[in-house]
Amino acid sequence: MANVHIPTQMRQLCGGQELVKIPGKTVRELIEELEHRFPGVKNYLLDGNDLRPSIAVWVDGELAPAGLLETVGPESEVHFMPAIGGG
Amino acid sequence: MRKVAVQTTLNGEPVEFLCEPRQSLLEVLRDVLNLTGTKEGCLTGDCGACSVLFDGRVVCSCLVLGVEAQGAQIQTVEGLAHGNELSVLQRKFLEHAALQCGICTPGFLIAAKALLDHNLNPSESEVRYALAGNLCRCTGYDKIVRAVMDAAKEMREREAYG
Amino acid sequence: MGSHTTESSFRVIGTRPIRHDGVEKVTGRAKYGADYYVAGMLHGKVLRSPHAHARIKSIDFSRALALPGVKAVVTGKDLPEGENKTVPLGEMTVNPRYLGQNILARDKVLYYGHAVAAVAAISPHIAEQALELIEVDYEVLPPVLSVEQAMAEGAPILHPDLRNEELGDVPTNVAKHVVLTRGDVEAGFREAHFIVEREFRTSMVHQGYIEPHNALAIYNADGKATIYCSTQGPFEVRGMSAAVLGLPVGSIKVVPAEIGGGFGGKTTVYLEPLALLLAMKTGQPVKMVMTRSEVLRATGPTSGSLIRVKMGCTKEGKITAAKIWMAYEAGAFPGSPVGAATMTVLAPYAIPNVQIDGYDVVVNKPKTAAYRAPGATNAAFAAETVIDELAELCGIDPLDIRILNGAREGTPHPAGPPYRRIGFIETCEAIKASEHYRSNLEGPNRGRGVASGFWFNAGMQSAAVVNIHLDGTASVVTGSPDIGGTRAACAMIAAEVLGLNVEDVRPVVTDTDSIGHTDVTGGSRVTFATGMAVFRAAEDALAQLKERAAKLWECKVEEVEFRDGKFYCKTNNATPLSVSELAKRLPRLGGPVTGRATVNARGVGPSFATCCIDVEVDPETGRVQILRCTVAQDAGRAIHPAYVEGQMQGGTAQGIGWALNEEYIYDSDGHLMNSTLLDYRMPTCPDLPMIETIIVEVPNPGHPLGVRGVGEVSIVPPPAAIANAVYRAVGVRMTELPMSPARLWKAIAQKESTRSGLGRAQHG
Repeated sequence: MANVHIPTQMRQLCGGQELVKIPGKTVRELIEELEHRFPGVKNYLLDGNDLRPSIAVWVDGELAPAGLLETVGPESEVHFMPAIGGG
Repeated sequence: MRKVAVQTTLNGEPVEFLCEPRQSLLEVLRDVLNLTGTKEGCLTGDCGACSVLFDGRVVCSCLVLGVEAQGAQIQTVEGLAHGNELSVLQRKFLEHAALQCGICTPGFLIAAKALLDHNLNPSESEVRYALAGNLCRCTGYDKIVRAVMDAAKEMREREAYG
Repeated sequence: MGSHTTESSFRVIGTRPIRHDGVEKVTGRAKYGADYYVAGMLHGKVLRSPHAHARIKSIDFSRALALPGVKAVVTGKDLPEGENKTVPLGEMTVNPRYLGQNILARDKVLYYGHAVAAVAAISPHIAEQALELIEVDYEVLPPVLSVEQAMAEGAPILHPDLRNEELGDVPTNVAKHVVLTRGDVEAGFREAHFIVEREFRTSMVHQGYIEPHNALAIYNADGKATIYCSTQGPFEVRGMSAAVLGLPVGSIKVVPAEIGGGFGGKTTVYLEPLALLLAMKTGQPVKMVMTRSEVLRATGPTSGSLIRVKMGCTKEGKITAAKIWMAYEAGAFPGSPVGAATMTVLAPYAIPNVQIDGYDVVVNKPKTAAYRAPGATNAAFAAETVIDELAELCGIDPLDIRILNGAREGTPHPAGPPYRRIGFIETCEAIKASEHYRSNLEGPNRGRGVASGFWFNAGMQSAAVVNIHLDGTASVVTGSPDIGGTRAACAMIAAEVLGLNVEDVRPVVTDTDSIGHTDVTGGSRVTFATGMAVFRAAEDALAQLKERAAKLWECKVEEVEFRDGKFYCKTNNATPLSVSELAKRLPRLGGPVTGRATVNARGVGPSFATCCIDVEVDPETGRVQILRCTVAQDAGRAIHPAYVEGQMQGGTAQGIGWALNEEYIYDSDGHLMNSTLLDYRMPTCPDLPMIETIIVEVPNPGHPLGVRGVGEVSIVPPPAAIANAVYRAVGVRMTELPMSPARLWKAIAQKESTRSGLGRAQHG
């Protein structure tokens, strides 16, 4: 079960929870499962088949370059954070 | 616009060129004579990227008209090295990592040469004021000042020992 | 991550060789964007809006087109409208409609200097004359010039179609609201003994690169185009130009020229699509170069901001809660760095209760672009000043409060995951132990301040190729424009792996057709990510060389060993071969060796910096002189220490300029009043002292050589460090940037009048 940290503005969709434990082998699977439990999450996070450009997913403390295809382990910590513009 | 023939001395060589009266010396150097080592940064004389020596004095070539070069001695960054031997200043800029992007470097080399041409023993403060007309946005000037002081030291030693 | 070298065995890394592109740059031979000339070239110029906000009723360019020597005029109608949707572009995102409208206004002009039309002519002077013949009929609209104005009810709306998720279907100037929370912030304030609450303002500032933007576009009859330009991201120029013009990405080749500074400002496009559009229209090459005034009026500065900070701590200085509200000017189109600001503002600290609100707000000023650690400097100015005040209230050393609350390995970042190994505390300890910090600062009106900063750094995509030449030298090919010495760093990494002298490795920055996709030179990522690709490409070349040696020696590849620059056979007595000796035999051993690697780099290690600045304030004029400045920064590993120091010094100098003088000054109609380098006052040589550097090396476990990336974070601490120093010098807390002489003089005068109880009105 991965630990998914729910960003502040998504918490109202998730019954106010800050942390949800859910199964899944990839970020995509986690989001599918989240949507199953909390309808509306998918629309919040995704635009079509990909993450919204304003949102970045971090897995185990690191920005996940593979996005939705990033694999997650049973103990993984998953954070959805604002994307960083520029550089 | 009708062009004017101008005879000048550029990096020690006699040069003749045609330019429009409205063209700046910077335009002439770059667009007419293909000497693109002299850079354009502002066209208002504020950044010093286009510095050249005009009869031994540092000027912003963007503020000088091409026709004013008639009969003058002009020196640009292209004239600093002797063949394949870099000048002491050029070498010191490399050794001290005194450039990052490098766009301001030709202007700094010219301004530093103008200083060292008449003062081989400048204080840090004198170096800083001699370079006050040249903006560098990459280095914070630290390594540039060190390079100029070190060049002065080497040139003093060379003068003393020969 | 594995590494075949150990710290003690580095031969090249950590040394200070002459940079490979150095001689060309001190002799004037290096070719920057404006140094390209081709036969039959036309010159393009841009007509810019004299208004900050206006509707374009009509444009008549018939007289301009009739001027002899003018070959084409284009307006916003010549660009496809573009999709109004944020789309990914490499690792960046872009809204093609907004990008197109920024390049040439369509129905409205949204800032003073907004491009309205462009002309191509046979000389720059004729093109300029033609601009004066273009007649534009404007309906002038009221401008919105601050985040407060933009967020106020009934504010003029810049984009009638702009919506944000929170407000629903209501026109707004607020493009985005970001919220980050942890714990219970009100409960945290109840635990606090001291609470400080302040409001901070900063103005837009420009990156101030000395080389203006430029582009030379060539369009051929077969539909293939080439753009020569000064850019941090040739692949982004290709993608954005294609998006704006509706062309296939593969039809454009971008050749990055030498670049005269960028600092984030050259990660987007302005002239490149315009030059190409004019080239397509005329069938001739078109060159465009901005004036300095155009650079300041119409390229991307970074955001002005309004930031409110409330922070509380215990008597002992433990921070219990922080509440931060920040609104950043995006400029004319959405996209300020407020997201990064929310994530950097408290990043150096472990604070249990946090609430951060960030607003991305459009105003009638140029669209902002990235500037060195975008968003972080404004934010740190606010937070680091308040932390200094808390330290004073607690009666503890300002470095000690930072160390007490400082983030370490395992501390959760305020917005999310725990840090891996980081070096924040080490930067504070380094300053604390420095001769500078331990020295006494004496004299009237003098003060010392410290502050810290954080930046993420970036990974993203890079490709590298390492070619082994027949004489045993090598070339390293990448797609990362070299702004500050990264060619040397790449060559050093390859030389280290291959056992070569660094002078025998030639680094090459190539065009978009000649290397795999490589993201921008930005995010402090080149030595980290491109360096990682170079490291692996060199390892790939080395593995191939071992195979060739095995073939020569008729042994197994596992039996070939490479050490101290030579190949050995562990199982027979073959004479050891150097790379150059083996390279000579390559034609008979299977042909050339080319190592290659691509990365979408993982293992990014964030950077921290801590800065100590001594100032002297002239109370008569409000002028601040920097007496001494020391910066400590965690580089992870310094590949070329001289250029690491250079990044630290350059960033610090920009931070000092931002603190003391630099600002965009607008009149009430939205005209930029200081669009020259005389009035936009950047630090000059006599303004600064030597900038002392302490390179801290806490290796990044995510990089084979421990590299973190060093390009950005040093700009973050100086404004707060100077504000804190000014407070100790003259007793006033400055909450607005820049702390220009006029502003500081006024603050000192107000303090004096309050103290004397006269309360007289201040003039000036």
